[in-house]
Amino acid sequence: MSRFAIETVGLNHHFGPQAVVKNLSLQVPRGSIYGFLGPNGAGKTTTIKILLNLLQSPADTVFIFGQELNHNRIACLEKMGSLVEQPAIYAHLSGKENLINRCILLGINKSKADEMLALVGLTEAATKKTGKYSLGMKQRLGIALALIADPELLLLDEPTNGLDPNGIIEIRNLMVELTSKHGKTILVSSHLLAEIERTATHVGIINKGEMLFQGTINELQDLSKPSIKIEVDDQAAAANILSSNGAEIINEKEGNIHITYTGKADMGKLNTLLVQNGVTVYSISTDRKDLENLFLDITSKN
Amino acid sequence: MRSFFISLQSEFYKSRKTLAFWAAIIVPVVICGLIAFGYYTSSEKILKYNYPGMMLWFQYSSAALGVMGMLILPFYVMFMAFSVNNIEHKNDTWKTLFSQPLNKFSIYSAKYFYALMLLFICTILFPLLTYVSGYLLQTLVPKYTFKDYDPAIILTRFYGKLFLASLGILSIQFVLSLIWSDFLKPMGIGFIGVIAGIITANVGWKHAYLIPYSAPTLALRAASGTKNARPEDLPIFTQEIGVSLACAAVLFVAGYFILSKRNIK
Repeated sequence: MSRFAIETVGLNHHFGPQAVVKNLSLQVPRGSIYGFLGPNGAGKTTTIKILLNLLQSPADTVFIFGQELNHNRIACLEKMGSLVEQPAIYAHLSGKENLINRCILLGINKSKADEMLALVGLTEAATKKTGKYSLGMKQRLGIALALIADPELLLLDEPTNGLDPNGIIEIRNLMVELTSKHGKTILVSSHLLAEIERTATHVGIINKGEMLFQGTINELQDLSKPSIKIEVDDQAAAANILSSNGAEIINEKEGNIHITYTGKADMGKLNTLLVQNGVTVYSISTDRKDLENLFLDITSKN
Repeated sequence: MRSFFISLQSEFYKSRKTLAFWAAIIVPVVICGLIAFGYYTSSEKILKYNYPGMMLWFQYSSAALGVMGMLILPFYVMFMAFSVNNIEHKNDTWKTLFSQPLNKFSIYSAKYFYALMLLFICTILFPLLTYVSGYLLQTLVPKYTFKDYDPAIILTRFYGKLFLASLGILSIQFVLSLIWSDFLKPMGIGFIGVIAGIITANVGWKHAYLIPYSAPTLALRAASGTKNARPEDLPIFTQEIGVSLACAAVLFVAGYFILSKRNIK
């Protein structure tokens, strides 16, 4: 049994002459919340559509729970629930009718529709036509539609799009609950790292169709080395003192000097050294590049 | 097979509140209702002709058949084929439909069969309503001679033939509406097709039967042109019906081929 819920092997996809997915090797471990990150137009939605067999892919490049997608389309789709781009719902039907229609298609009990409406907080709007729903309500219904068959694997393409802060928190909590309590695997795409860094266990960063980073969230954090930020009155003198005492200066500007972090003790020593040499230290602190900047750094490189 | 039936059930469920579905019922009810109303209010004028039973039925049913075969049926078919597909284009739901664990052919064929069913409902309601309203008129206006002739066979044959004659148009329009999401392309092509069909059929072009859009007009033409033969003997499987059925079969397969190879954007 494959340990990956999703695995792609050297996946390529072209729209005409334009390559939108290049040699992509996605590995989504079972039970993980995999944050699939990339700027707009990076190839996230295209990849998700390939995983759903909506876009053609060559044989032996996409595996869902170890099964080759093209030869086991129905078996693979039975395990997946999805929300791709804007939720696809019938505007002339109510929220409940949309869910009942899905129950019909999936051959499941229609009572599941009410359960799902309650789960995403749409019980009161159940009979309202979805054409009159707000974007946030549509997104909730889209999530309900993805969850209704209780799939093992969820593919959510920017699920918090259009949701208010409360809605975003609810979706986050729901994702954590689904993986921790029910053993589901979730692939969630976003163009904002901040949005999923709190929930994701694994991250894949894609830009221009290429995977730039793939690993656990901790591995991503390890890429970001901390530095010491020292604010002084005399920048030139301080830089001189620090470098002559072996500190590695990363950059210096506007009275701030960044040096490589080597430990708390060293930080104290450097502070004493500066003060003893007549430099006034206004502040001294560790500075870690946040994941958002790291993400921008990674995606701007290719 | 299970995939096909649940897809068909879903087609019915999601379009039961749309105009395409209700038009299949409303169009025959309105047209037959109007004709019956006309025959009721103008009964004295019609009674002056002293039509025998068969002729009266022929006149009465021709009123609906003529307008139906020439214009309403082809246009209804175009509109309905468009609507059945447009429900997915408009809501951007092709991607949801094809990401369900259902056989693609079942989804496609259920959609096609649903369109076929709507056409069937529409074409069966016409003879049914004509038949019922004829006898109703007989009750309301006892001097009518509807009771002297049983039109069941001719009505079934005429409308049965009309149904078969429109299958070619249905398939063409279905595939066009499947490919294009906008209203103008399939409707524009259909409109030109229907006009070309009516013209070529009416000028008696010898190859008109090859144009599926001319089939409904030709089917009725053959009917009214057989003066010496009894209307009950109306030949059903004529050349244009053959072309219509062949066209339907080829395009049904082609439509699936197009859909299965297409990337769902």
